[in-house]
This record gives sequence, structure tokens and C-alpha cells, in this order.
Amino acid sequence: MALSSPTPKSANSSAASSNNSSASALRNISFWFAVSALICLLLVDIDISTADPWAELSLMTAGALSPSVWSWPTLLSSLANTFAFALQGVTLAAIAGFTLALGYRFTLVRAFCAFIRSIHELFWALLFMQVAGLSSLTGLLAIAIPYAGTLAKIYGELFEEVDSAPANNLPPSNRRPLSHFFYSVLPLAWRSMATYTSYRFECAIRSSAILGFVGLPTLGFHLETALSDGHYSEAAAFFYALLLLIGTLRLWLHKRLLPIYLVAVFYYLPPQATISWQLLVRFVTEDIVPGPLRGQVLLSSETFNNLSQWFNALWQQQIWPGLVNTVLLGQISLVFTGLLALALLPLNSPLFMGHGRFMDHGRFISHSWKRGIGDSILVLLRTLPEYLLAFIGLLILGPSMLPAILALGIHNGAIIGHLLGRYTEEFNLRADASRGITLYFYEVLPRIYRQFLAFLFYRWEVILRETAILGILGIATLGFYIDSAFETFRFDVALLLILVSAALNISVDQFARYLRQRLQLKTVPESL
Amino acid sequence: MNQSTSQPAPLFQFSDQRLQYQGRTVLDNLSLNIARGERVALIGESGAGKSTVLKALREQCPDQVAWCPQQPGLVPILSTFHNIYMGALDSHSLAYNLINLIKPLPGALNIVQPIAKQLGLEQQLFSSTDKLSGGQQQRTSIGRALIQQRPIFIGDEPVANVDEYQGEVLLQLICQGHETVVLALHDIAQALSTCTRIIGLQDGAIVLDALSEELQASDLAGLYGAS
Repeated sequence: MALSSPTPKSANSSAASSNNSSASALRNISFWFAVSALICLLLVDIDISTADPWAELSLMTAGALSPSVWSWPTLLSSLANTFAFALQGVTLAAIAGFTLALGYRFTLVRAFCAFIRSIHELFWALLFMQVAGLSSLTGLLAIAIPYAGTLAKIYGELFEEVDSAPANNLPPSNRRPLSHFFYSVLPLAWRSMATYTSYRFECAIRSSAILGFVGLPTLGFHLETALSDGHYSEAAAFFYALLLLIGTLRLWLHKRLLPIYLVAVFYYLPPQATISWQLLVRFVTEDIVPGPLRGQVLLSSETFNNLSQWFNALWQQQIWPGLVNTVLLGQISLVFTGLLALALLPLNSPLFMGHGRFMDHGRFISHSWKRGIGDSILVLLRTLPEYLLAFIGLLILGPSMLPAILALGIHNGAIIGHLLGRYTEEFNLRADASRGITLYFYEVLPRIYRQFLAFLFYRWEVILRETAILGILGIATLGFYIDSAFETFRFDVALLLILVSAALNISVDQFARYLRQRLQLKTVPESL
Repeated sequence: MNQSTSQPAPLFQFSDQRLQYQGRTVLDNLSLNIARGERVALIGESGAGKSTVLKALREQCPDQVAWCPQQPGLVPILSTFHNIYMGALDSHSLAYNLINLIKPLPGALNIVQPIAKQLGLEQQLFSSTDKLSGGQQQRTSIGRALIQQRPIFIGDEPVANVDEYQGEVLLQLICQGHETVVLALHDIAQALSTCTRIIGLQDGAIVLDALSEELQASDLAGLYGAS
């Protein structure tokens, strides 16, 4: 035994800085994230500003318990529209995303995909509305474009991940690279692609419903009207329709029936719009061009001065405050999401919701009614779009960042909690493992922590995109200024702000990728 | 039938018992007594039913047994200190356990450090167990059993991943710390030198039960690959 054994204290402190502890890097990053969120929390307004939040809540509860359909044709047509936009959008996105993924090794293609997915579907909708109006084409493109960027990324990463042995075993030749791809790569990635695409379809239904908040004829349109007018029973009917649509997908959206549904949705809601070409040309060549540049001689010093004044004013009044609020709210929501995910994961874990007995291998019996109920709660929370949750939160709690934090945390926390719970199925615990809270902190938390951070960093970009969008509801993030710019027909300002929010999302995505690599976290998402 | 009848009441007792593993009967009509103070080695080919017997033994007096499985089942990112301490979770309050998880407490260190020293793990005390070698992981697993200070040690190949010399030292350590020891072992020499009694299992039946001083290594060779 070595005589120079370090004293406990120095051994402990040196462990934090040495490479021998896998936990220290993860612990440090978690610590700094938590500290940053606490600081952010001091800087933002999280007051409850309504006089009596309980009164509004009880009215809503009463409404939720007595749903009433004000008009069946309206309900059914908005349900059909929601489904149609989602299915059309994801189909187009899958085709475009697949094509883009074929060239995913090119930096330019990757950058293009990152750009189109960094702009939220609501922003795309607001842009297309200016030229194509509240048309079916607007709804289709608003979903298809950002989803194509996301699917391209996932497909591209899946292609890179597949076992390279089959491709290497083909006779070497570069004459038919696509044929090689279809025979040796695509079949291996197909199953994961299908799983992920069907998950994105569920997301697309949420997106489609939310498009109603900016005027498209989906469930969100009627939800917003009913909620704003305080007709909570009517709102409840639309709300349940949305839950039912998402909740029963598995029962009726079979692979074989897909062609029939596709024909049906394109027949029911053909993507069309009456586009005035004059308007389109004006929009592209004038409306979105920064004001000081319109009809001016470029490269003149006067134009340049005007432009820089225009930009400076925008920066001080809108871009900077919007950026700061988006980042603050995003950071708080991210950490809150993480905490909720860790708190919720036992609901979907056989270790906590099982029969309480170990099997021979130390594995738990994975099916139990307790876990069934627990996971249903998570799936329900996950099904609620964060935009809708935030809207309801604002009605109850009044305008502050609190409803947004709660909405983002609940939705995203439930998603991550669900996945982490499922992850615990794989654990081979010893027969003498502890129980309850001790089991959670000593066995489960350390084992899932790496995966947890990987999931959370994946979600970071999504949370930030949503944070920006919640501005449309009146929280002073970038979306608030973008929405105001659209309302006052200052499309040049709107476009600039949209580009700023895109740049922010891309930077955060890059930073999260860097962190994942540095902490050696798993880089391929399962279903996020 | 039971040679060591010096002790009055047996600690473990099976008479004509049927033992199952994942719903399949592995041992039929098992009759076996193990008395306090015995050091028993179970030997036999894999699949002979050793693990099933060990599991049944654990279930007979769960509160007195320190268990050491074949797969250490350590928590990868936690340190050696924490993984050893985990054996003592039940004898401390939840609050104490949680604080100790964030920052090792002096009391816990005082218990764990001597054990780590005995096991030659003091240099690795604050290393994550995923950075340890297979042998170090197995020693950590033994540490988790030692810290429980139970009268009975039951181990399934507890020294399979360390070299012969170290294995000998570790087995001595285990025997010193526990009144009664039951081990599944595949190393015949180790079984003979460590244990006082050898039980040979073959095809779900006890084919040999004798004191080790009465046995030669050649008597046991038949238990492995005799067919």
C-alpha cells in the first residue's frame, strides 16, 4: 500500500480537477447552468399580475369539465384542416429533407438546412401570409420548410451513422454512387427514419394547430377565439379534439392506409393561393428591403449613413432588448425543463412504477398498470403545445415571463422525462440495490445523467425557437417585435428580426453541439 | 449427510426443495444444510445451478447477507468511494446519504477509507468506477459487501477478474470479515485453500459434498467437462 496516500480533503479537491472523475465535468456544467438560470431569474419579471388567478383557473376548470360543441361542422372542418396541413407538410418535408440529406456532407447544404429550420413555422407563416394570404399554400409551406431542414439533418446523421461494412463490401466503383447508397445505406437507416418521421408528424399536428393562432383555419384559430372570449366550454371541445387527434394516431394512421390519407388530404385541401405577382415582386424588391435603401443609390455615403442610423435605432429599441429577453427566458426555461424532466422521469420508469420486485437478472418486470398511468400523464403533458399552454397561462397569471417558463418547462420536461424513464428499462441493477429516493439518487441519477444532458442540449435549440415565438403572445422576446413589425407593415424590420432570431438559434445549436462533443455525450438523437 | 454437525441449528436449510430460474426448474429435490461458521465453495460448470442456489440462500436470510454478484453492477460515473459506501445506505438517514453524494462526509470517509486501503483502492478512491480496470471494479464490489458488516458473505465468482495471488488475498479478506462464507468458484485450488467445505453441482443436483481437507484437486476435476 502506498505511503503517499493523499488525505481525504486533497484527494477530493484534486478529483474535481483531474480526469479520473467522469462526474466532475458533468457536475460543473450543471452547476454553471443552474447559476446562470438563477441570475436570469433575478433579471426578469415573473410576477403574477392578475388580481385573482384562482378565479380564472376555476372558470377554466369548470369549462374543461363541461365541454360544449358550438358547431360540429366548424369543429370537424378545423380538425380536418389541422390534419391536412400536418400530413401535407410532413410529406413534402420528408421528400425535400431526403433529397437534402443526400448532400448532407456538403457544408453549404448543412448550413442551408440549419438556416431554414432555425426559423419557426409561425414566422414562416407570417412571411408567406404577406404574399399568399391566409391560404392553404401558406399553411403547407410554413410546416414543410422548417420540417425539411430538421428531417434533412436527422436523415443525414442517420446515413452517416449506419454500419459502413455493407457499403465497403460492394465492388469499388464510383459510377453509380446513388445505386450504392440505395442498396447499402438506405435499407439500414430506413427503420430509424420511419420512426423519427412519424414522431415529427405528431409535432406537425401541434404546429398545424398553432398556425391557427395567426389566422389559418385550424384548431388553434377557434381555440384562440374561444379562450380570449372566455368561452371555456367551447375551448375545451376544441382542446379535447386536438388531444384525441394526437392520442389516437396510432390506432388509425397505418402505413398501408397512408396513400389513401394522402390522396384524401390533397383532394380535401389542395395547396393553392391567389398570388398577385405584382404584390410578390413588390414584397421581394421593396417591402423587405431595409427602408433607407429603397430606391436609393447604393454605395453613396448618405445612404450608408441613413442605413446605419436605421440599424442603430433598431438595435437599441428592438434587437438588443429582444435578444436579451429571449436568451434570459430561454435559459430559465431550459434549466426548469431539466429539473422537471428529472422529477417526472420516475413516472415512466419500471424502477419506480413497477411491481417493486426484482427479477432474477435484477431487471424489473416492465409492464405494470402504475407505469401505464404514469406515462400517460407524461404523454398528455407532451401533447399540449407549449404555445397553447403559454396562452392559457397568460390568461390565468397575467402578462409576465412566468407563463412562458411554465409552458416551456412542462412540455419539454415531459418529453425528456418520458425518454429518460424508458432509458431506465435497460439498467441491470444488483439484487441488493436500494429503494425509493436513495435508489433514485445513487443508482438512477448518475446512470442517466449523461443521457439527460444529451437530451437537454438537443432540446436547447427547440426551446429557444419557442421562446422567440412566445413573443407573439406579448412577452417581450424577439417574436414580440417581429409580430409588431408585421402588424405595422414594416416588413424590412420583420425580416431583419427574423434573421437575428435565426442567427441566435444557429449559434445556440452550434454551442450545444460543441458541449455535447466536449462532454462526450451521445450525438445522435433517438426521438427528439 | 451434513458433515459439520458441530453447530446445533443450521443457518440455511433446504429439504427436498425445488429451485427455479426464470420459471424453469434448475434444481429438483435440493436438500442442504449450512451451519454458522462454515466456509462453503460451490463448484460446477456454468449452468449447473450455482447462481440459483446462491439466490435461494440470500432469500433465506436477506438481512444477514452481504451479496457480491458476478457482475459488479457499479454506477459508472460515481467514484469508488460512493460505490463502496452504497453498501451502507440503509444504515444512514436519507439526508446524510444525499449530502454525502454531493460532498463526501468525514464520517463516511472514515468508514470507507480503511476498506479501500485493505482492497488496495486508496489511490482510486475518488476515481469514477468507469475509469477502473476490471479487477479494480471487482474489488470495489467486494468493498461494497465488506462495508455492510454482515455475518454472512455470499459471492458469485467474487474474484474471477483478478489474478491468482490477488484473488487469494481478497478471499482471505472476505473470510476474515465474515463468520459464514458461501462462494461460487471455478478455481478448484482457490476453493480448496479458502473453504472448509466443497459442494459440487452437476446438472441440477448435488454430486459431491465433502470437507475440503478430505479432498484432492483431482477429485474435483470430474465436475468440469467430464462428459
